[in-house]
Amino acid sequence: MITPFIIKALDKKASWVVAILVAIAIFVPIANLALPRDSFFHIPNYAISLMGKYTCYALLALALDLVWGYCGILSLGHGAFFALGGYAMGMYLMRQIGTRGVYGDPVLPDFMVFLNWKELPWFWHGFDMFWFAAIMILFVPGLLAFVFGWFAFRSRVTGVYLSIITQAMTYALLLAFFRNEMGFGGNNGLTDFKDILGFDIQADTTRAALFAASCIALAISFLICSGIVRSKFGKVLVAVRDAESRSRFFGYRVENVKLFVFVVSAMMAGVAGALYVPQVGIINPGEFAPANSIEVVVWTAVGGRGTLVGPIIGAVLVNVGKTFFTAAFPEFWLFALGALFVGVTLFLPKGIVGSVSGLYGRATKPRDEHPNLHSAAKEAAAE
Amino acid sequence: MKEAKGSLLYLDGVSVAFDGFKAINNLSMVLKPGEMRAIIGPNGAGKTTMMDIITGKTRPDSGYVIFDGEIDLTQHDETDIAAMGVGRKFQKPTVFESHTVWDNLELALNRKRGVFSTLFYKTTGKDREQIDEILETIRLIARRDELAANLSHGQKQWLEIGMLLAQEPKLMLVDEPVAGMTDSETDETAKLLREIAKTRSVVVVEHDMGFVRNLDVKVTVLAEGSVLAEGSLDHVSANEKVIENYLGR
Ligand SMILES: Nc1ncnc2c1ncn2[C@@H]1O[C@H](COP(=O)(O)OP(=O)(O)O)[C@@H](O)[C@H]1O
Ligand SMILES: [Mg+2]
Repeated sequence: MITPFIIKALDKKASWVVAILVAIAIFVPIANLALPRDSFFHIPNYAISLMGKYTCYALLALALDLVWGYCGILSLGHGAFFALGGYAMGMYLMRQIGTRGVYGDPVLPDFMVFLNWKELPWFWHGFDMFWFAAIMILFVPGLLAFVFGWFAFRSRVTGVYLSIITQAMTYALLLAFFRNEMGFGGNNGLTDFKDILGFDIQADTTRAALFAASCIALAISFLICSGIVRSKFGKVLVAVRDAESRSRFFGYRVENVKLFVFVVSAMMAGVAGALYVPQVGIINPGEFAPANSIEVVVWTAVGGRGTLVGPIIGAVLVNVGKTFFTAAFPEFWLFALGALFVGVTLFLPKGIVGSVSGLYGRATKPRDEHPNLHSAAKEAAAE
Repeated sequence: MKEAKGSLLYLDGVSVAFDGFKAINNLSMVLKPGEMRAIIGPNGAGKTTMMDIITGKTRPDSGYVIFDGEIDLTQHDETDIAAMGVGRKFQKPTVFESHTVWDNLELALNRKRGVFSTLFYKTTGKDREQIDEILETIRLIARRDELAANLSHGQKQWLEIGMLLAQEPKLMLVDEPVAGMTDSETDETAKLLREIAKTRSVVVVEHDMGFVRNLDVKVTVLAEGSVLAEGSLDHVSANEKVIENYLGR
């Protein structure tokens, strides 16, 4: 049963992407740790931590593209799943601090001691074990996506309305996580992490390993996405994206189709967040900011939605741009981002990868795999 | 519903209003298993709305819609009704434009449609045979790998009919299948539908009188949401009310 799924997932293009990601996961840490500092190929620590961040963003964009590019669900709340995965990891990291906190409490994180709490809230139990946190990293975003999707897709909320309620969802979580009584560190969030799985979180080797883990997570997610979109179910996804009502009349249960990809996508976003937090050293409610989710949409649009490589390239390029831009002219970054989005929408509606493969496709083979995002847009506009 | 026994489709006293406007008004109709029926009527008579009601897109305000002698279709949604064996071709041809002709047919094939069944689905030799057979029937074999978006209007109509065939429904509802077709295409379509009707029940809505004559089946005339007359085409064409309401104009 699972074999045809894997064979399809590993088509030629996907195998290349996976091979490249694995190669990066191996050679970048070597170039960072083993090569002498003055070597031309040495990769400095700051670059590792930047690349680790970009990789997590790429995974988040890939997750969004699975629902948006392939199924037409424009989620403006994917940052929430990312942040929830991040908080789950953050809770594990907090519990690893133990007596090394400022107040030296063996069980309670510092912020709870500060708030005069006497015992650990029930939902913090179990997070001292990595396996439990790992399950929660998938389960919590998955559960939220399931509950949200169950109601939204069953009531046939689509298009702009759906996008708006996903924004409302992440905004509501932002407000909730800001409150100290919620028990997630309020405004300051979770930080001052010491170690992960027993390794010093600041050590160069740990950082390199986290980067490698992010690349592998991206490769695995890419494989899963590739398997999904190349299966018959993937064809159903595109059918739902282009003509939702028509697919119902062929007997497809659209709400289940959407629910499934939405949950899978939320879990991937959760993993991205969980890998992000130990690399940046903090998770706070700011990650739920609606603007964050919108940025993910921009990355995906720039790279090319409806292609699996597109969002990865888009996330990396835009964030490299952001890193330079915010260093050189910090006050103009938002304008640049807005201009980029408008420019891509007007001149490169299929994004970088979509446009390039469109040109290439016309020159070599008549069959272009995803030429029809336009008609999806038209359908959305007509509604 | 005792009266519905033995029928494939049984509509009784069906009404639906949109903002007070009665699009379907006390409509009753019986279709026997294996029967083909043509439905004619002026624009706005409620023909498409009738199909919306049968396929679960629109809930009627009152009346019964019984399928296969016992299933009340008003209690089910589009997906359920399609799975029960009701296929529908839309007035405006609607195919999956960014899929190839082949993929369109594969999606329509009467196979398990659940998330996990499709996720781990492996195309079988039987699928290929069946799709090739349909491609032959709808004359799109040469264009099987082309995107549906690149087909002509008439070809899209045919592809959609092919998709209905792949669905293997017990009842096929076909809304204005020859709109935008050339005369020879229209003749071919009539032939195709007669062929299809040998193995299942078909309801065809059409304006083209030549086409309806060609089908040579019982005709129901709809006007202002109810049945005006029923019988052979010659019989209904002679009906005063029909002439006044429809043919005369
Ligand atoms: N969803 C709807 N909302 C409002 N009015 C509708 C709706 N569907 C159909 N109608 C109206 O019902 C009448 C019958 O339409 P329709 O069934 O499409 O006619 P036909 O297919 O016979 O030309 C028309 O006047 C149409 O405007
Ligand atoms: Mg009509």
